Amino acid sequence: MKKKLNRTFINNAITYAMVIIAFVVLYSMQQAGMLSRTIKGQLIPVCVWIVMAVSLNLTVGISGELSLGHAGFMCVGAFVGAVFSGVFKATMPNETLRLILSMLVGGIAAGITGVIVGVPVLRLRGDYLAIVTLAFGEIIRNVLNCLYISMDGGALFFGFSNPSLPGKLIVNGPQGVQGISRISTFPMGFALIIVTLIVVLNMTNSRAGRAIMALRDNRIAAESVGISATKYKLMAFVTSAALAGMAGALYAMNYSTVTGAKFKFDTSILVLVFVVLGGIGSIRGSIIAATVLTILPELLREFSDYRMLIYAVVLIVVMLATNSPAFKQFLSVVKDKIVGLFAKKNREGDAANE
Amino acid sequence: MIRVSFLSNLINGISLGSVYAIIALGYTMVYGIAKMLNFAHGDVIMIGAYISFCVTQYLGLPAWVSILASMLVCTLLGMTIERLAYKPLRSAPSLAVLITAIGMSYFLQNVAQLIWGANPKSFNSVVAMEPLRLFGGQLIITDEAIVTVLTCVVIMICLTLFTEKTKMGKAMRAVSEDKGAAQLMGINVNMTISVTFAIGSALAAIAGVLLCSTYPALMPTTGSMPGIKAFTAAVFGGIGSIPGAMLGGILLGVIEIFGKSYISTELGDAIVFAILIILLLVKPTGLLGKKVNEKV
Repeated sequence: MKKKLNRTFINNAITYAMVIIAFVVLYSMQQAGMLSRTIKGQLIPVCVWIVMAVSLNLTVGISGELSLGHAGFMCVGAFVGAVFSGVFKATMPNETLRLILSMLVGGIAAGITGVIVGVPVLRLRGDYLAIVTLAFGEIIRNVLNCLYISMDGGALFFGFSNPSLPGKLIVNGPQGVQGISRISTFPMGFALIIVTLIVVLNMTNSRAGRAIMALRDNRIAAESVGISATKYKLMAFVTSAALAGMAGALYAMNYSTVTGAKFKFDTSILVLVFVVLGGIGSIRGSIIAATVLTILPELLREFSDYRMLIYAVVLIVVMLATNSPAFKQFLSVVKDKIVGLFAKKNREGDAANE
Repeated sequence: MIRVSFLSNLINGISLGSVYAIIALGYTMVYGIAKMLNFAHGDVIMIGAYISFCVTQYLGLPAWVSILASMLVCTLLGMTIERLAYKPLRSAPSLAVLITAIGMSYFLQNVAQLIWGANPKSFNSVVAMEPLRLFGGQLIITDEAIVTVLTCVVIMICLTLFTEKTKMGKAMRAVSEDKGAAQLMGINVNMTISVTFAIGSALAAIAGVLLCSTYPALMPTTGSMPGIKAFTAAVFGGIGSIPGAMLGGILLGVIEIFGKSYISTELGDAIVFAILIILLLVKPTGLLGKKVNEKV
């Protein structure tokens, strides 16, 4: 038992160390001006996508429910965070404080949406759950596309479907939130990753996390020993939504405008690709996959036409490789051959030495 | 006047719903037999429409040839997808199968984008008749609407006869009920599943042509939204049930058109999805579905 505990500890320590070292190296390089413009522009998005991937992994990997509406929560967080930051721009001059509060508010809003979505959705299973989360993601985006908010003096005005509102428009329907002050910073993104890791890793290794995984592995057996399915599934789902909302707020405040069109179904799939490629259930894998798959396309711009095609192939091949008995057998044969080849070479080497 | 616009909305709704019903058939048959949500089905529709477009536009062949060609291509495509991506995962967890299906859907969309480009192509209607004018020209029923509804009814009758009367149809019902027992009775399960995919994909080709005849903008993403809505329709009617798919499709089409014209154009999709969610919560087996108890 003690040995197992140690292994978890070491595993988590490696994950934290990896993130911290990467941050220290990148940050000092950024301060020293050694990073190219492309990389510099990707620092905050990388943080955002890492948080998105880790939080989706909590639902898909740890809780075992395929959610296809993760971008919807990101969208809620982005809109609420950006509006909050816009409203308190004058009263709160400290940018870091405003960013932290915006992220918190965005996260809370997404978390509340998570409860509203989760309570009905988590009653369903498997394919139905996937399709309903997809539907919710689309509904959220659709509704935000029709939302208009304006500010006149200190008062906020809300409108739906192209009304005429007094004062300055903050949220302008399909054009999204405009005039966002770009206050996101790389250290803040790093802080968000660390917060996400602390939440997700501690949750996985806690009583609640074990209950969630028990429900994933066998719902009926877990329920029969007194684990409340709704409670624990909802816990994972809402945590995941809130983290996605915080990532969304960070994402929004990295740009001057943010529209609902950025959080389409494609975005949910993109995050799912990170999770699947990194290994379902593996937090460290999600971090690596999100980083590589965010930076790589920027460096390989000439292949951008093939990007989504490659992602699609990656999804299929990873699934076949990890789940198909025939494919596994093929891989093990290849592995044996390679190992055999090396063994033979070694033997020949030994013979020559003698 | 109000009554005429109501009637015209109703007819548009039934016509759109017929397309959904034809697509939903593909979903419901595959779900019934292979117990998987074939996410790529919507994109097979899109490929079918592109094939028909190419045959009429570039080869200059008549419309009926193009429909046959697209049915043939889609049938082969559906069987290939099943063989390469889904068959190796027959015993895998449903999460893995679903992710593979999503990957397949993206694969088809991106291949289409590489071949035909992302810009919408304007699809020429395959139907060339005079629209029907009623009430002194106030109510116009388009020729596409008439053909779509008729096609849907014909397909429904043929499919019901097929599953009830033929040997293959019986095999399909047997496999959907109990795969293991069907195999013991000497039914070739893999073949049956293959045939199901073939029929579903051929229907998808017809649906694609009909859909693009009514809504002529053809893009690589044309199929994804109707695909998801048709799945909604299949769930609405009770997944696995052929009359359910028809009922669900038509109801959903009518609801969508009424929602768009009387409530809000932008929220049309949201209304459809909201109905799916409400229905799944109230009656998870759909309108005509059977309840299956989970065994421990």
